[in-house]
Amino acid sequence: MNFQHTEDRRMLADSLNRYLSENNSIERRHQSAEGTFGYSTSLYAGLAELGAIGALFPEEAGGFGGSGFDVSLVFECLGRNLAVEPMLGALVVGQALIAAGTDAQRAQLEGIVSGGTVAALAHDEPGSHYELSHVAMTAAQTATGWVLNGTKAVVPLGDSADLLLVSARTSGAAPDADGISLFLVPGTAAGLSKRGNGRIDGGRTAELTLASVAVGADALLGTEGQGLAVLERISGYALLALASESLGAMDVAKDQTLEYLRTRKQFGVPIGSFQALQHRMADLLLEVGQARSAVINAAAAVDDTDRLAREKALSAAKYSVGRIGTLVAEESIQMHGGIGMTWELPLSHYAKRLVMIDHQFGDEDHHLARFIALSQATAEV
Amino acid sequence: MDLQFTPQELAFRDEVRAFLKDKLPERIAHKVKAGQRLTKADQEEWHAILNARGWLANHWPKAHGGPGWGAVEKFIFDTECALAGGPRIVPFGVNMLGPVLIKYGNEQQKAYWLPRILSGEDWWCQGYSEPGAGSDLASVKTTAVREGDHYIVNGQKTWTTQGQHANMIFCLVRTDREAKAQSGISFLLVDMNSPGVELRPIRTLDGDREVNEVFFTDVKVPAENLVGEENKGWTYAKFLLTYERTGIAGVGFCVAALAKLKVIAARVLKNGQPLDRDPLFAARMARVEIDLENMKTTNLRVIAAVAGGGVPGAESSMLKIRGTEIRQEILSLIRRAMGPYAIPFVEEAQYEGYAEPPLGEPEAATAAANYFNYRKLSIFGGSNEIQKNIISKMILGL
Repeated sequence: MNFQHTEDRRMLADSLNRYLSENNSIERRHQSAEGTFGYSTSLYAGLAELGAIGALFPEEAGGFGGSGFDVSLVFECLGRNLAVEPMLGALVVGQALIAAGTDAQRAQLEGIVSGGTVAALAHDEPGSHYELSHVAMTAAQTATGWVLNGTKAVVPLGDSADLLLVSARTSGAAPDADGISLFLVPGTAAGLSKRGNGRIDGGRTAELTLASVAVGADALLGTEGQGLAVLERISGYALLALASESLGAMDVAKDQTLEYLRTRKQFGVPIGSFQALQHRMADLLLEVGQARSAVINAAAAVDDTDRLAREKALSAAKYSVGRIGTLVAEESIQMHGGIGMTWELPLSHYAKRLVMIDHQFGDEDHHLARFIALSQATAEV
Repeated sequence: MDLQFTPQELAFRDEVRAFLKDKLPERIAHKVKAGQRLTKADQEEWHAILNARGWLANHWPKAHGGPGWGAVEKFIFDTECALAGGPRIVPFGVNMLGPVLIKYGNEQQKAYWLPRILSGEDWWCQGYSEPGAGSDLASVKTTAVREGDHYIVNGQKTWTTQGQHANMIFCLVRTDREAKAQSGISFLLVDMNSPGVELRPIRTLDGDREVNEVFFTDVKVPAENLVGEENKGWTYAKFLLTYERTGIAGVGFCVAALAKLKVIAARVLKNGQPLDRDPLFAARMARVEIDLENMKTTNLRVIAAVAGGGVPGAESSMLKIRGTEIRQEILSLIRRAMGPYAIPFVEEAQYEGYAEPPLGEPEAATAAANYFNYRKLSIFGGSNEIQKNIISKMILGL
């Protein structure tokens, strides 16, 4: 039993935190988030150079990490520094290539790891509401490949990503588990129209409409009709990554709130001397401690070959940070009072990110329900 | 990062399991699992079994008869005992007084009292709380006045758990009435059979009589029963309250209770469906299960920190708060699962040997009484609100 990260991982975390604190000040972060791309291309290149992307993948895929604790550590750093760079897209698309790609397809990993290729998962659709198998977009086979039709919703950086991983139905209808296939679609494909927009927590998303987008036969990733298993696998990485990012962000929000309680004076004394606030702060500390444990459990489980045990731990973690992240956000704003409501205060941006993490890859309720379903499946085995 | 126990620790776990399988009496384990009340004889029997193996005083150093375990071994032992249905070790002598005597007692006191704790010759209870000193423990008013080679004790203690079984009580008494709250308190060992000691049981809300009021009227206590220095008792009391509380989360009890809840929820029907298929009940169960999974890792993280040389100070307050909340929630769900059959209460069914057919589910006999009884968890040992004060002061620095 050992809860220390290895020396290598600690060094990576130190260098990432140092690099981000020097290059991603809140002002620069706002510039990136509100800029054309919704992130900073130079910061992303810098992260790649430091090995932040390589740490997400094993050696045989061109990286130098890839374990649950590598992923967790990197995303906790991103959360601490409120980074908006497209790391999550790199993680999930890269892991999809590793899980199901042909040699030719896996060659795209090099661009992802180097930061040269920005990748995004285009999976959610209007009305899918986190259900992984709710895929209505269609892909019809032609003599030379596939033709895709349909709409993808809230695709992170969907208006500028170079490489899209698109889920589509090659048979059946939503929400059938069978019949979902995955396709690698260039961001420049003909017939792909994009409606880009900003996001409340900084950065960009896009609504994508695919109108008879034609791709070659080599665009199919993995076995036709069997894409759901791959989606579940890469979503698992996303759950771990988002839970870790949330943990990093809540740790900072908690520290900033604590600092405020120590320094803000009302009635002639620091407001932290009031028991009403002390107990709320103690609760936050306790909850963040539980969130850290949930993330550790998920990181340890992400490579577990027992599917039910693995997915239960991942859903448990996302449920935990969904609940606790929202609590930390709301309590931090409340304990800051009026200043917590301002754009000027960095905390408010941490709070927004914490709440919006609950809207990615399934919220608290979704993962509680999923945990229950997995428990029942476990009981029946 | 490695969440697994080492091979040595796993071997130790197997050793504990084999011991429990071999030595924990089936009769006692059954009572514990059924939530029935234990007699003093049950507890003495279990203590004697543990003592014979050298595992009773598992917090004590080897020199004084402890097994020399570290935090991990203690955690494994506590967890395995709870899972097997082993009774909680009655803490007053072994876990509370013992460590205080070892740290602050003189040689004669250690040589005399410690073996008697192990053998069960003395059965201790705790004289801390008073009617006016609950969470505000430092405002104890019971006095001890030195007269020659004796102290004369006057006052009242309350919430004295198992006082009816005890022949000895360790007390916080005021020896200096002029001093500020914390500084005039001493730590005194009192024979319950002394003239002037009177015990009155307090009936608790579940009908049980496990706590008592203890009255002291001109009770003569030999001066040699003072532990440490006069007026320094508060230091010893605090030490006692924070001593080695890595086990305070009660993870083993929580895991055992959750397993029981799951069995019940799979059996009890509502609308022809097991209760664990009821969306609202299933959600309550899943929430507490996830919280417990997180808690297990939180507890191990504290233990790993202690094993690495850290001291579980205020972190034990976090474990206490969350551990007790989880356990109370599970007991609450067991009560809910009984439906209307949580209502009937048969006092005799709280004890061994009740032979009438059960009313409702077999667990219904004790479900509500246990739920009410364990509301104490978030009150005793420093209420959860006091724990938050400690966190706020010691960790948050507010």
